[in-house]
Amino acid sequence: MFIVIGIMFGGIVIGYLLRRVQLFQKINNLIFYTILFLLFMLGLSVGANKTIMSNLTTLGWQALLIAAAGTLGSVIMAKIVYNRFFRERGKP
Amino acid sequence: MKGSLLVVFFFALGCLIGWSDFFPEVLLKGDISMYILYLLMFQVGISIGSDKKLKDILRSIHPKLLLIPLATMIGTFSAVALVSLLLPKWSISECLAVGSGFAYYSLSSILITQLKTPTLGLPIATELGIIALIANLIREIMTLLGSPLFVKYFGRLAPICAGAATTMDTTLPIITRCSGKDLVFVSIFHGMLMDFSVPFLVSFFCSF
Repeated sequence: MFIVIGIMFGGIVIGYLLRRVQLFQKINNLIFYTILFLLFMLGLSVGANKTIMSNLTTLGWQALLIAAAGTLGSVIMAKIVYNRFFRERGKP
Repeated sequence: MKGSLLVVFFFALGCLIGWSDFFPEVLLKGDISMYILYLLMFQVGISIGSDKKLKDILRSIHPKLLLIPLATMIGTFSAVALVSLLLPKWSISECLAVGSGFAYYSLSSILITQLKTPTLGLPIATELGIIALIANLIREIMTLLGSPLFVKYFGRLAPICAGAATTMDTTLPIITRCSGKDLVFVSIFHGMLMDFSVPFLVSFFCSF
């Protein structure tokens, strides 16, 4: 986990030193393509994992319920905290 | 919108090809995804470092940012405790153990399987571990796919709270895209704290 953060900070330093290079201002497009590829790889490992696939019907709905609850509970709390503490005047 | 559809398409394509077994085995070794993740983090780093507003972002770190991981925990636990009533097979603390994986599916599923084996027995503990794996994987996928919607209906902090422990690596790029680059350090800060909390909270809920 710390390797990941270390690499990112390395990128930050390089990006900062080379911030005048025009090409680097278009990095967000490249990031998007990399995300697409990573999601493809994630799908690949989910699809190929026979344990997950064969148990998907019996265990999947329980997992989905917990995941959906956790996510929904979090975003609702996020809205409360955002509106109460972080929202700037005149901004949506 | 076109972007989210592309994301769904590529994930579904991966599932389909993975399920069909019609691909070279070497792709699943795990190393490739890891190196691509490293590449992604490097790109994210460059995009932060070359950002002309970097100094303003750094100035925005503030103690009240602790409220965000707190919101993630309270939101997750209260909602998961509520739906545990719909899952008679598992106790509230077992469901909370799954929920406190905070999308960190690899670690939480292994921890739960191991910690629950003495009390539940290996088969049942493995079942709960698989539920933790799928549930936390789904949470990550929901964040990756749903972030544009979360921002629209729940504000800019919503993708961060939804992504939980993944907001400093795998979901960081999508969060910066949807919530704005000025929240990138908030997202990393949040992810680090949540990540750190997973082993403690999972062990805690497994001890009941």
